[in-house]
Amino acid sequence: MNDPVFVVGVGVISGIGNNVAECLDALVEGKTGIDKIKYLRTNHSDLLPAAEVKLTNDELSAMSGLAPATSRTAMLSMIAAQEAWAHSGLKKNIPSLRTGFVSASTTGGIDKTEEFLTHFLIDNNKGKLRDIINHECDSITTMVADKLGIRNHISTISTACSSSANAIMYGARLIKHNMLDAVVAGGTDALTRFTLNGFNTLLVLDGKYCRPFDENRSGLNLGEGAGYVVLVSERVASLLKRDPYCALTGYFNANDAYHQTSTSVNGDGPYMAMSGALEMGGLQPSDIDYINLHGTGTQNNDSSEGAAIQRLFHPHYPKMSSTKSFTGHTLGASAGVEAVFSVLAVHHGMIYPNLRLQTPMSAFPFVPETAFSRQADLKHVLSNSVGFGGNCSSLIFSKL
Amino acid sequence: MDELIANLKGQIAVQLKLKNIKREDIGDDQPLFGEGLGLDSLDVLELIVLLKQKYNLRITNPEDGLKVFRSVRTMAEFITENRVQNT
Amino acid sequence: MKAYIRSAVAISPQKTFNNPTFLDDPAEYRNSRLTSIEPDYSEAIDPRSIRRMSRIIKMSVASALACLKDAGIANPDAIVTGTAYGCLEDTGIFLTNIIQENEEPVTPVAFVQSTHNTIGAQMALLIKCSRYNNTFVSGGASFENALLDALMLLSENNAANILVGGMDEITDTSHTVLSRLGLYKRQPLSNLNLFNTNSKGTINGEGAAFFLLKNTSSPNDLACIDAVATFYKPEAATELRQFINSFLVSESINYSDIDLLILGNNGDSKNDEIYSQLQQSVFKGTLSINYKHLCGEYPTSTAFAAWLAANIIKKNNIPVIFNQGKISKNKINKILIYNHYQNIYHSLILMSSC
Repeated sequence: MNDPVFVVGVGVISGIGNNVAECLDALVEGKTGIDKIKYLRTNHSDLLPAAEVKLTNDELSAMSGLAPATSRTAMLSMIAAQEAWAHSGLKKNIPSLRTGFVSASTTGGIDKTEEFLTHFLIDNNKGKLRDIINHECDSITTMVADKLGIRNHISTISTACSSSANAIMYGARLIKHNMLDAVVAGGTDALTRFTLNGFNTLLVLDGKYCRPFDENRSGLNLGEGAGYVVLVSERVASLLKRDPYCALTGYFNANDAYHQTSTSVNGDGPYMAMSGALEMGGLQPSDIDYINLHGTGTQNNDSSEGAAIQRLFHPHYPKMSSTKSFTGHTLGASAGVEAVFSVLAVHHGMIYPNLRLQTPMSAFPFVPETAFSRQADLKHVLSNSVGFGGNCSSLIFSKL
Repeated sequence: MDELIANLKGQIAVQLKLKNIKREDIGDDQPLFGEGLGLDSLDVLELIVLLKQKYNLRITNPEDGLKVFRSVRTMAEFITENRVQNT
Repeated sequence: MKAYIRSAVAISPQKTFNNPTFLDDPAEYRNSRLTSIEPDYSEAIDPRSIRRMSRIIKMSVASALACLKDAGIANPDAIVTGTAYGCLEDTGIFLTNIIQENEEPVTPVAFVQSTHNTIGAQMALLIKCSRYNNTFVSGGASFENALLDALMLLSENNAANILVGGMDEITDTSHTVLSRLGLYKRQPLSNLNLFNTNSKGTINGEGAAFFLLKNTSSPNDLACIDAVATFYKPEAATELRQFINSFLVSESINYSDIDLLILGNNGDSKNDEIYSQLQQSVFKGTLSINYKHLCGEYPTSTAFAAWLAANIIKKNNIPVIFNQGKISKNKINKILIYNHYQNIYHSLILMSSC
């Protein structure tokens, strides 16, 4: 179980770019993807900024090869998973591997369900059945798995905002148990009226562009996207021509068990997740060079996550930032998108900025990075995710 | 004011799904949160929605909500004050 | 990756909860919707916690708490759940809200309760369990993935006891939609005659079943889970047979070692062809029973089947409702559950006496 697992492919689509290269450019140049809502039809488009993928459903259909009436969540998943799978070179070079697809989502096909229900509520015989048959999160996964030609093991996980991290963990463990040789793991979520209105009723959305870890932050902006990594065993990695991006050296899931939507004041859940991941990787807090924060921009998350970081890392604080200042909070996809960013960070030696940070939080002695920087000796990157229901997960990616 | 308080109690019980609690069980000045009725932060959000839906009054900050929702009486006072301002 | 089932509790369309007898008074339904027989939840769950809980959450929490109590465990090392539909009722309420109130929704709690991991999260909150917590929403393999995750955790020595559950609910909307999709019998019939008509359609079901799995044995264990495996969209019958063969080989058993098969026939003639073919080939001669006439067809029905298997092994008795008459074997040592859900996910769960 201590055998390492390697990342040999990455794929991502988000509000800052339609693929890895575009997202990386935006991160380097400090260009946020948060904007007025233009693609989702909603009454809130003037009031609530979000980081939408800058493509219509028809454009996503052309890119993904899925029909235009397909759930947006599925199309995003397809594009990112396809990029990761192609990058890995596995299908071309070692076609007979036992391969799995572990995907995560919170919304599933609910964008299409909304359309169905609008008609169904008037008359139970109305509403197109094709809009409702892919309501379940698993339908999104199987659609993409079938297109990728992956069939040895298919799973879908849904644990709110930590979903993709748990998918990556599960994928890694399936490899370590020698049940699979390779796993495409991550997650996807499209912006939907369901989630936009849901978070709006919780009064946690910022009417302006979010400011994670700022003393005067006032909420989160939603985003959408998909992010996947391709994990393989050491044996399989050695068969590939290209070196892996990095290794997945630590991971841990813990439960805050405090409240359904808020994290405990002292950040117990995030603390346990981070320290568990460090322990698994045989690392000390001082070994971490960069933390990709969960950093949503809500009063509660940033205070709790900050408290946990203070407890664990004091006095040696690594550099840190929240890339949700670029991509918004992509919910079930966030840990997958941020895993890709973390892999790229450790592989290329980069630290991303935390945009729009003007006044550091007075409670903490550390301040997230406000400028992009390169750091060649970056060895270990920690990525945090905290979800509803107290579900906290941390992943550690390490340079080879 | 008494009628408003009585109506509010019924509306609160319905909105918060307090099934086994009758209007008589909720004191006018009884704290709704903490040790009183034991409501929590999600209930604050539900009460904010109740105010909007039944009385067309908006609270945008949950922390303001905690002050307004201290008891049924403070809720009734808030409604009375702000209703007057609206007309 | 063996695990010991220390306790198993189910709420289902049969009288399975808090019932010392074992399916000796089967509930009969004459429509295509089998609804769970639910207990008085105020006895099973703290009344202050109940008010926000939808039916699926109440069913699951009541089963899970009873499961922990039976096992004498206050706080497990992990909680893993599998549910295809999640919290459907709250999802429907919030969606309907948004549509009817023109995006000025009137119930934040329904949104919060609609997230798929609410059941696992609610359990963690109720018993203050800060350990591993995961929720699979893998359609017809949701429960199987939850089981697999639990078995892996036990063998990783990251946990000594794990609470695992599978659950799904029917709502008015979901039943109407699935009926429109043509899944169910057109003519009313008794669930107890589900397998006597060679016709299209099955019956809808629901339920929640929880298990406390341990990595060490104890005298009160019900049964063992030896292995679980899933197979995705087999392209031919030969592939399916190969999957089953490989599974048995990996467990070092022969077909003749299986004392009882629990099969997922659901009464739909096309759906059940697969089982029929297997019973004429690899499963030929193996004693078998069906279970979906009791709980209905739903993506996590294998949780009910596992509850059934655990009890059959513990009591060494197949209830009369299964019409098996006198069985030649003295002891039922090994049970293999084989099920497929809409020919997408096929699964095998091997259980044995401890």
